[in-house]
Amino acid sequence: MTPTFINIGERTNVTGSAKFKKLILDGDYDAALRVALQQVESGAQIIDINMDEAMLDSEAAMVRFLNLIATEPAIARVPIMIDSSKWSVIEAGLKCVQGKSIVNSISLKEGEAPFIEQARKVKRYGAAVVVMAFDETGQAETAERKFDICQRCYKILTEQVGLPPQDIIFDPNIFAVATGIEEHNNYAVAFIDAVRQIKAKLPHVSVSGGVSNISFSFRGNNAMREAMHSVFLFHAIRAGLDMGIVNAGQLALYDDISPELRQAAEDVILNRRPDATERLLDISDRFKGPGSVRAKQDLTWRETDVATRLSHALVHGITDYIIQDTEQARQQMARSLHVIEGPLMDGMNTVGDLFGSGKMFLPQVVKSARVMKQAVAYLEPFMEQERKELGLESQKSAAKILLATVKGDVHDIGKNIVGVVLQCNNYEVLDLGVMVPANKILDTARAENVDIIGLSGLITPSLDEMCHVAAEMERQDFQVPLLIGGATTSKAHTAVKIDPNYNRGQTIYVSDASRAVGVALKLISEDLRADYIAEIRSEYKTIAERYATSSSKRKHLSLVEARANRHPIQWTGYQPPKPSLLGVKVFDDFDLSALADCIDWSPFFQTWELAGKYPDILDDETVGEAARQLFDDARRMLDQLVEQKWLRARGVIGLWPANTVDDDDIEIFTDESRTQTRVILRSLRQQMVKASGRANLALADFVAPKETGIADHIGAFAVTTGHGEEAITERFKKHHDDYSAIMVKALADRLAEAFAERLHQQVRKEFWGYAPDENLSNEQLMAETYVGIRPAPGYPACPDHTEKKLIWDLLAVEENAGMKLTESYAMWPGSSVSGFYFSHPDSQYFGVGKIGRDQVEDYARRKDMTVAEVERWLSANLD
Amino acid sequence: MSTRQQRLERLEEEAHKRILLLDGAMGTMIQAHKLDEADFRGERFKDHCQDLKGNNDLLLLTQPHIIADIHRAFLHAGADIIETNTFNSNAMSQSDYGLESLVYELNLAGARLARQVADQEEQEQPSRRRWVAGVLGPTNRTASMSPKVNDPGFRNVNFDDLRATYKESTLALVEGGVDLILVETIFDTLNAKAALFAIEQAFDELDFRLPIMISGTITDKSGRTLSGQTAEAFWYSVCHVQPFSVGLNCALGAEDLRPYIEELSGVADTLVSTHPNAGLPNEFGDYDATPESMGDTLEEFARSGLVNIVGGCCGTTPDHIREFARRIDGVPTRAKPRISPRLRLSGLEPFVAQI
Repeated sequence: MTPTFINIGERTNVTGSAKFKKLILDGDYDAALRVALQQVESGAQIIDINMDEAMLDSEAAMVRFLNLIATEPAIARVPIMIDSSKWSVIEAGLKCVQGKSIVNSISLKEGEAPFIEQARKVKRYGAAVVVMAFDETGQAETAERKFDICQRCYKILTEQVGLPPQDIIFDPNIFAVATGIEEHNNYAVAFIDAVRQIKAKLPHVSVSGGVSNISFSFRGNNAMREAMHSVFLFHAIRAGLDMGIVNAGQLALYDDISPELRQAAEDVILNRRPDATERLLDISDRFKGPGSVRAKQDLTWRETDVATRLSHALVHGITDYIIQDTEQARQQMARSLHVIEGPLMDGMNTVGDLFGSGKMFLPQVVKSARVMKQAVAYLEPFMEQERKELGLESQKSAAKILLATVKGDVHDIGKNIVGVVLQCNNYEVLDLGVMVPANKILDTARAENVDIIGLSGLITPSLDEMCHVAAEMERQDFQVPLLIGGATTSKAHTAVKIDPNYNRGQTIYVSDASRAVGVALKLISEDLRADYIAEIRSEYKTIAERYATSSSKRKHLSLVEARANRHPIQWTGYQPPKPSLLGVKVFDDFDLSALADCIDWSPFFQTWELAGKYPDILDDETVGEAARQLFDDARRMLDQLVEQKWLRARGVIGLWPANTVDDDDIEIFTDESRTQTRVILRSLRQQMVKASGRANLALADFVAPKETGIADHIGAFAVTTGHGEEAITERFKKHHDDYSAIMVKALADRLAEAFAERLHQQVRKEFWGYAPDENLSNEQLMAETYVGIRPAPGYPACPDHTEKKLIWDLLAVEENAGMKLTESYAMWPGSSVSGFYFSHPDSQYFGVGKIGRDQVEDYARRKDMTVAEVERWLSANLD
Repeated sequence: MSTRQQRLERLEEEAHKRILLLDGAMGTMIQAHKLDEADFRGERFKDHCQDLKGNNDLLLLTQPHIIADIHRAFLHAGADIIETNTFNSNAMSQSDYGLESLVYELNLAGARLARQVADQEEQEQPSRRRWVAGVLGPTNRTASMSPKVNDPGFRNVNFDDLRATYKESTLALVEGGVDLILVETIFDTLNAKAALFAIEQAFDELDFRLPIMISGTITDKSGRTLSGQTAEAFWYSVCHVQPFSVGLNCALGAEDLRPYIEELSGVADTLVSTHPNAGLPNEFGDYDATPESMGDTLEEFARSGLVNIVGGCCGTTPDHIREFARRIDGVPTRAKPRISPRLRLSGLEPFVAQI
């Protein structure tokens, strides 16, 4: 499918989804809303809502559901298609939507008068409309009649009703083919022809259709239906079909369908031979079951010529035969280099095109890269030999790009993915790894004469380091473009803070790995570069100006006012739970299999730039297939990882007596006598102007103040699952397997989070013991429905990374868990989590947000730092 | 004295030649009179069972000379279009005072009074036309949101109730002689769509149409209406009535509105208006933006080709309007962009089909 094809989410339709119907009939609107949300999250650009069910008060159900959607911004951001065969239901729906919606549908079925009346109302309510190719004599079956009815409707709507043609969407009826009835054989052809005529002769209209009808005669055999939908859409979209109500997750790639089946399906869809239906039926039994139509299930591709096989292996990420195929290609060609420049590059270009047009997703591309790397690695010694024989210099690639995670930071999954994607596109990538100081980056860049430098970082102090690198590039007369990426970076920060440091060259923010290739391409191209840089410059200038005007006017409460509006906990009569553990407890070599069971998978898919929530993402219309493949690979590696103990989980927790003093400080005592202060945790307070009734929070609010005389407590933890990871990733890298190397890191990150979650649960149930009867499912744990919080330094509730030092002291983390802090307070190994425990039922996560000068000064005094130091560590929280 | 037909022809002509000027804040000017409960009640409502202080629209019936004076002051300052004092003359807002039965009468009186003052002004200065915009306010309820936190599906007003009161108001405003209908301070687009539906129904019944002005409100710097739409999404929701103008007013000060005016200006193939507040209210509830500072901003909008109609909302006085008149004098009006005919839809965000 082309990217311009509009996907309409079909699952909020009681006539199409048994699951949704049951939810609505049961009155479970919360779950029904989640269905809508899932569709939007997985890429539906419009959602179709249909409540046509005999057992329902359809009007009331439509109104209730639309009213609920209106209050869910994550769903309400997309337009609604109000779908009903009853006009009264449509009209009730139109009265609930503030946006411009689509009515689905109206037709000439009952004659012109009601058609015109309904169309006038559509216009008055400010909607677009689907018009069925249906008139007084019935539904149109031939291309001629379909077009004639649409043309008649077009005339009435544009001339009599005054509806703008761009608000008209024709649905020229998709009917089932291969039914055994001869008259039905031409239905698909008729539809496709009608689409072509409508698009050619009725200006500005769109065309839509309900695709699954086409394969109705194969119900029960989803594999066949999938192939038929895919073939049908391939031809209908080429004819001009703009949108469809489809389950794209069930679509096989047109090119992936086994040639035999594709041809048989195409014969049916295009009505190419009289026995087409019989032939399709004959082979249908062989292709029963999900996914079985795909050619990769069989090995027929092994019978093609070697170039096609190499291309197939690249597109499908299959390494099994790559060495033997590469060797065969090498023998057929004059030089080994020609294998790379010929079939391998052709294959990678196909991958690039599929990725660019949204038909392949990141994990699949990284797998393709693995195939490519192994082929190239195999050819290297031969090429070296040939170069020597021919007396040639080494080959220069398209362009050289240096990548590094900046000094003080250890996070590199995103950077590694960017590196792989760039390599797939024939860029030479020099990856300097993690914790790279500015001078090493710049010395290497100069020595290697690189064309672009890319910096990555995950924690906030890295932003500062990036500004430093930019300033150094300016000072050292660099002119190459500087790319910025990583979780805490942003376009605004790049424009306002980094870009001004480097005027000789251009700084550019890259939001995700999929964009890196496009950006690099424009920067390297002689033709595109100047315009692109000019565009970026003017954009960043606008952002910087807007920021300057808005920040000068932003209002804060003073620190005194903010403290007066603290979270009001009624301490009198409150009895804090007394921990059963006081002091420190070490967990060495924690059971990995227990952690593997409570992994929160959704962030894992985000790492690979697949959007959606687990487990729904596995059935997602757009990325479902890629997600399933990735998940299979991940589960397989996870089993191996646990069984062979690739990683060692180490952690330490502690609980101590504590009380809040002087508003925002939490004093942690050596023992229950509370006479000797061990350390003081300095919390930061929100200063934004709040709606009445909302407090300006600081973590100190959740611990009983000293003057209450109440004996409260606080906890801390530090966990890692990163020990051993480096050795494993190195091993994969040596085998040119970036896919697995990135996978190990991504899994280790998830295990560390699971470890933190798991220990927090034990703390609540056992070591602090304030929720002994808690019995939450994995989902509830991930949704953080439990009592108490575990905020981490460097995250929104306590943005100062330097507070990690406190945790390291309290828990002797280095000794007890083998974890270290870098100069930027990043944790090593990378897959680590640390934080504090709070138990009060009111305690909650929040973001400190922007703080005022008064708090900066106050905090500097309390922390015994200079104001400049505080400003550096909290730069993200300053205006 | 001009007829409405003459004025409408002239409006069309002038709107394409120069930037038109709206008036300033009615409420701010009324406040300055420091009226008490008895002033609001007047003779007619002296025994009414509820407090009436603060029901500014009621002054049309009890203190019409005050409203007339304010209209006159804005016309003297140079306003081309004055707005009727009918912001709250709808059934929902008046029911707070137990006066929902007065909706028709208030709108009729508001229209007549404004037109009367404008006519006097035209007599004094016959070369110049002055127009009256009949105001339909947002009401004090919202059709897209629930007032009950724990029942998000609940609504305390629906489309049909809103449509009914807006239709009554529109018929009265037209009967009273207004030249345009202005749906303004829109914080919930669904309320506005009910108003637009009602206006078109009223026009159908009367068998003639007046130009419609639409003006939304961006409530904070997220750049969204209170009901969550972006400026572009808002435009796609209301463009079906082919309004005379679309714009933004109230809430933010002029400067903060700029990105959203620019957004509208780029997508709306109709005139673009703005009548911002005199800045955000300070801690005393007063508005600080001076005529000069607001003038600077609006002049910049005009010179950047972003607007066709400017004026003021809360906190703006005749002095502001006088300054705006001086600043926009001679600055060319914005040219309407050509917008390609594509399927354009919206939820909270815009959706434009790619071709």
